Amino acid sequence: MAHSGIDVLTAGSNFSRLLGGLWVTIKIALIAIIIGLIIGVLLGILRTLPNRPLRFILRLYLEFFRIVPTVVLLFLFYYILPKEFNVNLPADAVATLVFALWVAAEMTDIVRGALESVPQHQKEAGQAIGLTYWQLQRYVLIPQAWPLCLPATVNLMTRVVKTTSLLMLISVMDVINIGQQIIEANNKTAPNGVFWIYGIIFIFYFMINYPLSRWAKHLNKRRLEANH
Amino acid sequence: MSSWAIIQQSLPLFQKGFFITLKLAALGILGAIVVGSICSLIQYFKLPLLNPLVTIYTEIARNTPLLIQLFFLYYAFPQLGLRLTASQCGIVGLIFLGGSYMAAGFTGGFEGISSSQLEAGQAIGLSRWQLARYVVLPQGLALSVPALAANIIFLIKETSIFTVIAIPELTNTALDLIGMYYHTNEYLVVLVVAYAIILIPLSLILTYLERRVRYGTFGN
Repeated sequence: MAHSGIDVLTAGSNFSRLLGGLWVTIKIALIAIIIGLIIGVLLGILRTLPNRPLRFILRLYLEFFRIVPTVVLLFLFYYILPKEFNVNLPADAVATLVFALWVAAEMTDIVRGALESVPQHQKEAGQAIGLTYWQLQRYVLIPQAWPLCLPATVNLMTRVVKTTSLLMLISVMDVINIGQQIIEANNKTAPNGVFWIYGIIFIFYFMINYPLSRWAKHLNKRRLEANH
Repeated sequence: MSSWAIIQQSLPLFQKGFFITLKLAALGILGAIVVGSICSLIQYFKLPLLNPLVTIYTEIARNTPLLIQLFFLYYAFPQLGLRLTASQCGIVGLIFLGGSYMAAGFTGGFEGISSSQLEAGQAIGLSRWQLARYVVLPQGLALSVPALAANIIFLIKETSIFTVIAIPELTNTALDLIGMYYHTNEYLVVLVVAYAIILIPLSLILTYLERRVRYGTFGN
């Protein structure tokens, strides 16, 4: 009998399983973003130092993570960590690590750009009243650079969420992997279940990313208005 | 067998994958530029009816992952009677995603034109289309070049996701070889180098363009 594929969504525990997979996805994205932000801000500050070798190394780090596609980064860590370094991490830990390092790399550039666009006289004024290096960062540069990096940071978050769709490639039980299991299990009885399952995953991703990208747009507008 | 011999043996296969990656990326990017420029013109002139459609399209395309877009095209669309080959899905997917990014790139360029330029054009009596042809396009395109170059790099990297619908591009080639022969390190090195060969020159060009465009704007 012609089966409407939408039943696949509600049958059994399918929907709660999908939500469980979505939680795995969100958890990995969140942890990676938090770790990546912390490392990225620290390294970003280091990139404004006049130390050439240090800046060169950090630049290399950034360019490597920019040039190699994330799929390839995932496989690099997934295969090479256990083989060459004897580090046996579960797939979701590998994914979190890769994403955190990637977020950190992108963050260094956002932070550096923002710090460098704080007007020079602000820095000189701070030095003139005798602030130490870290005081200068803490009270003068970071508070002024922060609104400059916020829109780019939120945009980076939407990219991280979108990139979590690659988790299934290293067999993390994320929302897409679970979706595929459900599709395969119901393939005989409801062949158009595929449409509904991928449809709902599509909507899940949109529901997470749309508010984030609206927020980024709003922040960017406010920043531009503040400049005028 | 030494690592070098393993790498050499795999090179013909990687070469094939390299050209498939280049070909699909080129077609997808060209299509994305066409779609993106049409969308951004519609948004710029706020054409009735089409403008909200473009907004819906760009929001959907930008806020969902390419992987799910490809799965939809490859696995779900045949249920509706639309059957595409894997490569066609890849190109269509890349155009769908890239079109929205290119549209944003062009729009950013158009918005960067100073309002005095538009007012000057209106003051000498240019019509809307003349304004577009002689004022907005020449300056807006120059301003959007860095964003477009960044999008091109992004889209080339996104072709690595084509591996999930078994298109034998670079990443897929490497994963296949790893699955068959387990020379993981060697194949991954070749893979990274292959992407570097494509992307490093592009990213250098991007840096150069960003510097150039700053001089290209009027009045500086």
